[in-house]
Amino acid sequence: MARRPEHSAPPEIFYNENEAKKYSTNTRIIEIQVEMAERALELLAFPDDDESRLILDIGCGSGLSGSVLEDSDHMWIGIDISKSMLDIAVEREVAGDVILGDMGEGMPFKPGTFDGAISISALQWLCNADKTYHNPHKRLHKFFSTLFSCLTRTARAVFQFYPENSDQIEMVTSQAMKAGFYGGLVVDYPNSAKAKKYYLVLMTGGAAELPKALGASPEEERRVNYIKKRDACREARGKAPKKSRDWILAKKERRRRQGLETRPDTKYTARKRTGRF
Amino acid sequence: MKLSTYNFLTSMAIKGVKVGFPLKLTISKKELVETEFNPTFVERLLPKLDWSAVYGAAQVAELAEDIPAVQPESIVDNEQLLQKLHHLLFEIDVLEGQLECPETGRIFPITDGIPNMLLNEDEV
Repeated sequence: MARRPEHSAPPEIFYNENEAKKYSTNTRIIEIQVEMAERALELLAFPDDDESRLILDIGCGSGLSGSVLEDSDHMWIGIDISKSMLDIAVEREVAGDVILGDMGEGMPFKPGTFDGAISISALQWLCNADKTYHNPHKRLHKFFSTLFSCLTRTARAVFQFYPENSDQIEMVTSQAMKAGFYGGLVVDYPNSAKAKKYYLVLMTGGAAELPKALGASPEEERRVNYIKKRDACREARGKAPKKSRDWILAKKERRRRQGLETRPDTKYTARKRTGRF
Repeated sequence: MKLSTYNFLTSMAIKGVKVGFPLKLTISKKELVETEFNPTFVERLLPKLDWSAVYGAAQVAELAEDIPAVQPESIVDNEQLLQKLHHLLFEIDVLEGQLECPETGRIFPITDGIPNMLLNEDEV
């Protein structure tokens, strides 16, 4: 597996001018970012009324995800820790405003400002301690609690992120719930190694049903058939279920091998007796 | 940075700051950008705006005569005022300047239109 960028350097160092340039020239990166931003916008689940809303883009980078929001006539404000990425955003003349800031230091916004928040491939950076005084748990808590306050009470926040392991998922979701959010994880294409994408969908205004993941098999097929499994286990061990015809035939075969007196196998062998007997 | 964004920014993230709003704005270089006037969007934004900060921004941007000091009751019907608000909030781009925390006096510089809200270790 490729090396994770979080392990190589802190975000403000990693996203230098060279790396930032990729986000404005590499069509593959652009395509993936835009696709994920579109899915995140879909997961925000705004009512279908064509109204423009104010959205916060956390880790906006060069404003690729912001462009998706613009296309849907929303207004956005972006925050990112990498100056080089923001310079590209300004160069591209994106419609939204961008702010240089660190997620882990809290969102510097007035309460009740945003109708929604999206974040593409940024949250995993918070799980690392890049400086001696960084504590991932504390930074996540600060981030989620300040985010909770700057959203309206009907808003949702959708984070696409790349968790390193299940502990990270646990850490992130538990901190989000502590801050007062409802919601959970939506995993798109869970059976594919490459297309698999994690979206953390958080809601401020009470618990609601989570949106359906893409490419996941329907609920019935995912449930394991209990009986079938038991039979399959038996077969794997090489023994037929007790009292079955196969079981009796196997027993008789063994007796014959041992030279003991055994009745021949007929069509009556292991036949069920009727109730009359 | 547009002045609409200015209206949302606080310095609450600094340790010990209670409200951190409104930040004191200083503009040393600004630019006019023309954007499409959308009255319904300005209307929708109104309840989220803090009028004293709007008026404060108007004073700094030398547009104080356009904006009344106290929020009028019926802005929605006042097309002219909506247009002036739109001009103030969305068409003035602050390129260079600074924001000052009202409680601690901490200064956040604005360079190339990007406000720098990064904090130091002892302020978190």
